[in-house]
Amino acid sequence: MEDPGQLIPVVRSTALVRCNPLTKITMALILMIGALLSIDVVSAGVVLAFSLLGLPATGLDLAATIRRLWFLPAGALLAAWGTAILAEKTGEVVIDFGPLLMTSDSLAAAAAIFVRVLALAIPLIVLVSTIDPRDLADALIQHLRLPEVVVISVLAASRLLGLLVSEWQVLAMARRARGVAGGSLVRRTRSLFGAVFVLLVVSIRRATTLAMAMEGRAFGRSGRTWRRRSSFAVRDVAAVVHSLVVCGTAIGAAHVLGVWNPIIG
Amino acid sequence: MGLPITAREYSWTHADRDAPAVGPLDLEITAGERVLVLGRSGAGKSTLLHALAGVLPDESGEATGELLVGNAPPDPRRGGSGLVLQDPESQVIFSRVGDDVAFGMENLGLPAEVIESRIPGSLAALGLDLPLDHPTAALSGGQKQRLALAGIHAMSPEVIILDEPTANIDPDSAAEVRDSVLSVQTAASATMVIVEHRAGLWLDHVDRVIVLGPHGLLAQGPPKRIFSDRSLSEALIDCGIWMPHGSETTSGGGLSPTAEAAICSSPGDGRGDVLLRAAGLAVGRPRAKAPVAAGIDLAVRAGEAVGIVGPNGAGKSTTALTLAGLLPEFAGRVTAEAALRGESKHARPFAWPSALLAPRIGMVFQEPAHQFLTSGVAAELSLGPRLAGWSDAEVDDRVVQLLDVLGLQVLAEAHPQSLSGGEKRRLSVAAMLAPRPQVLIVDEPTFGQDALTWAGLVELFVDALDRGSAVVAVSHDHAFLDAIGARRVDLGAFSTSSTARAGAGERGE
Repeated sequence: MEDPGQLIPVVRSTALVRCNPLTKITMALILMIGALLSIDVVSAGVVLAFSLLGLPATGLDLAATIRRLWFLPAGALLAAWGTAILAEKTGEVVIDFGPLLMTSDSLAAAAAIFVRVLALAIPLIVLVSTIDPRDLADALIQHLRLPEVVVISVLAASRLLGLLVSEWQVLAMARRARGVAGGSLVRRTRSLFGAVFVLLVVSIRRATTLAMAMEGRAFGRSGRTWRRRSSFAVRDVAAVVHSLVVCGTAIGAAHVLGVWNPIIG
Repeated sequence: MGLPITAREYSWTHADRDAPAVGPLDLEITAGERVLVLGRSGAGKSTLLHALAGVLPDESGEATGELLVGNAPPDPRRGGSGLVLQDPESQVIFSRVGDDVAFGMENLGLPAEVIESRIPGSLAALGLDLPLDHPTAALSGGQKQRLALAGIHAMSPEVIILDEPTANIDPDSAAEVRDSVLSVQTAASATMVIVEHRAGLWLDHVDRVIVLGPHGLLAQGPPKRIFSDRSLSEALIDCGIWMPHGSETTSGGGLSPTAEAAICSSPGDGRGDVLLRAAGLAVGRPRAKAPVAAGIDLAVRAGEAVGIVGPNGAGKSTTALTLAGLLPEFAGRVTAEAALRGESKHARPFAWPSALLAPRIGMVFQEPAHQFLTSGVAAELSLGPRLAGWSDAEVDDRVVQLLDVLGLQVLAEAHPQSLSGGEKRRLSVAAMLAPRPQVLIVDEPTFGQDALTWAGLVELFVDALDRGSAVVAVSHDHAFLDAIGARRVDLGAFSTSSTARAGAGERGE
């Protein structure tokens, strides 16, 4: 059964999905390091290629992934556009159109930024999407010894965050039913702010009620127990090793091809 | 073993109001006693329950006097009490059904094996036949209420505190839900305090009834004495208490002559024009892979009331939203006939722009807070008529009339989001009724109402029907459906979920 509260629904249970949440976060961090250390197309490209090829292993609904993450390439393109115009204008002139000047170097930098933004964002978002928040809370408390009251409160609040999407849809319907949706751009904008405010009020109310409901079921009492044990298995080791190899390959390839362009130094 | 509850001159005042929400009141509830709290909508019943559970936030108001559970002020951290709040939507804690039921037991520090072994039993006791990893976000309102009760059931607390526990439960299983609650109470000899407007379900099962008036305690005693005391009955009726004797429809006491007349006449005589038609309709939430209900054929005529009934999770709300042109049809078609369509070129309400939809089809959502667009009760009521182009005088008349019928005059300037549950519900219904749409689709319009405000709502609906509007009401409240003369459409028969169908089948016998 699909959970409407999830950003991207997990439709298949793969080995990666069953990994410990801490493993997934470690993987995401390792992959990000591979793309982060240098601004070049190669290292970021390797990480991005691996992430895209690995998408089926995440068990996510691929169509939904594309529908929900369309803004990533759009945002990356925007960042690349900015880079192409603003980067140092060295190398051959490719486009010279009035104030618009792009050179081979500025375009190369733009391409690197584009790939890099995606390589940084996609592994993180995709891996985090496969994490059941409850498993994460179990892991954080049982392995990292984080304070349970804080973790569970954040967990419960994060469920509300997930609900914001469906809540927003209900709000949109409610405004349509009352005749204030649509119309001119000015009216739409005003209406949007109104909706954001209602969403805020509803969320705060809901959070207050939720806090009461949690307290009402003895939350905050010392000596809490756990229904599930968070554990690690061989697949967790394999997952981390995989991401280490990708990270190494990315950095190595950039060095071998002579495009290594470190952000520090 | 239950704990006694004592209140001495106890009162609680919300930070932004002058008058106390509760009290001052004196109470002596003995250990293991079962108490039903009654009172008009907005009398502070919920606040009292929150105080008993010890969950009233300190910064939100001021308490005077003394309130003791056992021999100490209420403190949820002691772990002895279990509270279910009024709004089932806001008290789902985790994203999976099994985890949610386990939450209270985990807090109590029960061993994992015990927790695991109790979950299925508690789910079954509340009639939730779902896998443990079922996402809670996919549950209907009624199912969420059952889930919260299952959490309390599993905890087996010493003090059970429930705010309208059966308000969202379909009437055919309300008794079953009540018995599950009672079995927990009996097993633990727990003290139980319940708020419920429809007292009938509980009267034979409680030891005492407490009636909250505007200034503290109005009356208390065994249910038989409270309701047989002639000198008291007038005060109870004035307070909007549902009187349990006599037939359900007339027990309101405050039922207006118009509403009484409506029960006798039958507005649904089928002579009005068809306004809205559903053919082979299947409904489902956006992104859902399968419909929740399918094969619905329905014609809604002008001046006719249709009640959509069925067990929890049968797809009643989804059907309402689809008929209202707010959700696309999963399959099949919802069409507006000529009388409703007017000059619009589209026959499907879903294709209409908002400005065209609102004056034709009004929809009252299950969750009232979503619909409020302004910062005052009166402003909220005037918005619809104003958008529909009414003159100022007409708008003002309409607002005054609505405030009066629904007993919201004193709250005209209050912020809609600051109202009590029952008041919000009334306001959301009235705001939709205000511009007199041709078709009114309402989802649980009578939730949280006392007998007086209930009668006010009935009056408004009857008035709308008399003026030739059609009303489609999703409701568990059969007395309401009878009062507006609604014919029933049982969605259990169209539901694609096996449990809902089974439920419908049982009722058919």
